[in-house]
Amino acid sequence: MEEDWLMKKCKAFIIGGSAGSLDVLLKVLPNVDVNISFPIIIVVHRKHGADSLLPVLLSTRTKLIVKEVDEKEKIVAGTVYIAPSDYHLLIEQDETFSLDYSEKINYSRPAIDVTYQTAAEVYKTKLACLLLSGSNSDGVNGLKSVKAWGGMALIQDPDSAQVAYMPEQAKLNVKIDHVLPIEAMAEFINLLS
Amino acid sequence: MDIPLITDEHVEILLSDLLEQYGYDFTGYSKASLKRRISRLYSLDKAVSFAEFRYKILDDQAYFKRFVEQITVNVTEMFRDPSFFRTLREDVLPKLGTYPFIRIWLAGCSTGEEAYSISIILKELNLLSKSLIYATDLNPAVLEKAAQSMFAMSQMKQYSENYISSGGTNDFSSYYTASYSLAKFNDELKQKIIFSTHNLVSDHSFNEFQLILCRNVLIYFDRDLQHNVLDLFDSSLEDLGYLALGTKETVEFSRISPKYKRLPGEKIWRKIG
Repeated sequence: MEEDWLMKKCKAFIIGGSAGSLDVLLKVLPNVDVNISFPIIIVVHRKHGADSLLPVLLSTRTKLIVKEVDEKEKIVAGTVYIAPSDYHLLIEQDETFSLDYSEKINYSRPAIDVTYQTAAEVYKTKLACLLLSGSNSDGVNGLKSVKAWGGMALIQDPDSAQVAYMPEQAKLNVKIDHVLPIEAMAEFINLLS
Repeated sequence: MDIPLITDEHVEILLSDLLEQYGYDFTGYSKASLKRRISRLYSLDKAVSFAEFRYKILDDQAYFKRFVEQITVNVTEMFRDPSFFRTLREDVLPKLGTYPFIRIWLAGCSTGEEAYSISIILKELNLLSKSLIYATDLNPAVLEKAAQSMFAMSQMKQYSENYISSGGTNDFSSYYTASYSLAKFNDELKQKIIFSTHNLVSDHSFNEFQLILCRNVLIYFDRDLQHNVLDLFDSSLEDLGYLALGTKETVEFSRISPKYKRLPGEKIWRKIG
């Protein structure tokens, strides 16, 4: 493995996904190291009103703390955060979360782009963002920002995605660092720690 | 917008300009959201340079108005979070209905969708005639829109569904008249609404209320400003009055929290003294 293959001291790992991404999360999270040295932030499109089900579902698959984000909450390593439904999730320079109920972007709220873009400006070269299965192009502009600020852009291997459109769009429009099959994701995340 | 054209320093400069020139204090707002919205406007209006953008805000009153309108979030809907409005209908407002007079403050009312929602519930509970809704916002432009009581016809299907899930049993379309792409709500509904400017950051308490609603406004404020605004609400709320916040907002951790008891399941607190 080359020396610069992985970033040193990752400070945040953000996973964005839409249609077909829940299965991936359920497969990957159980194998993520409990002692991970950064937070994992999950932004997935879901129907408004289906609140709090997702954190409960995911917490049955991992020993990591899984919680829905509270606004102004301090971001802590070793925690899995879920974006609340129907709000955009933003990262502040002081490494806290804030929420925003502005217009939908890419027909989505939360929009993956918003979280990726604001995180890119905070964590810069210490940010890794993974885009999973989905049927629209949310996340693609966000990944561009991540790259512009020196972070790492990752996508689910479109061949393994239930809906390949989202990772494919990212591949077409952004210089992707690594294309990951589902089986390789947890190990990759662990290696960044 | 891979690398934003507006930097953190630019945001600071604009915020101090707004405060000095116009007396609008946005310094306690959450920065990430503010910066996104300023960057968005900068691109949308094809600003040539930051210097030009800044000068226009300072020098051109009409553009300043647009700036404030665009950097604040004015997205709202009727009967948003139906279970919240069900609690108002079935629990909170009937209790307040035993008072001779009901004063309600809707802080950060934006274009008025929630004000009309409350008005509809009050009418159905036969309480509208003895109620007064003070609907305030810092932004005069959205208040002008709110006072017109016209909303996009394309939204009515969603609003009607929200209304029904919130416990409404009338024909929702009986509350408005369709006119091309707009739904004009009946004048009766706005007779008891007073639309007025009020800035939560800099303006004081102006009355005592039995119910204060401020949903999805505090999320844009930093912690210190949130605490100040909650103090303002506390000083504007009668004993046994109710304070309603947005789904992700809370009274907990604030100075006023010992005096407040939360209603089960909703972001509504009652002042218990």
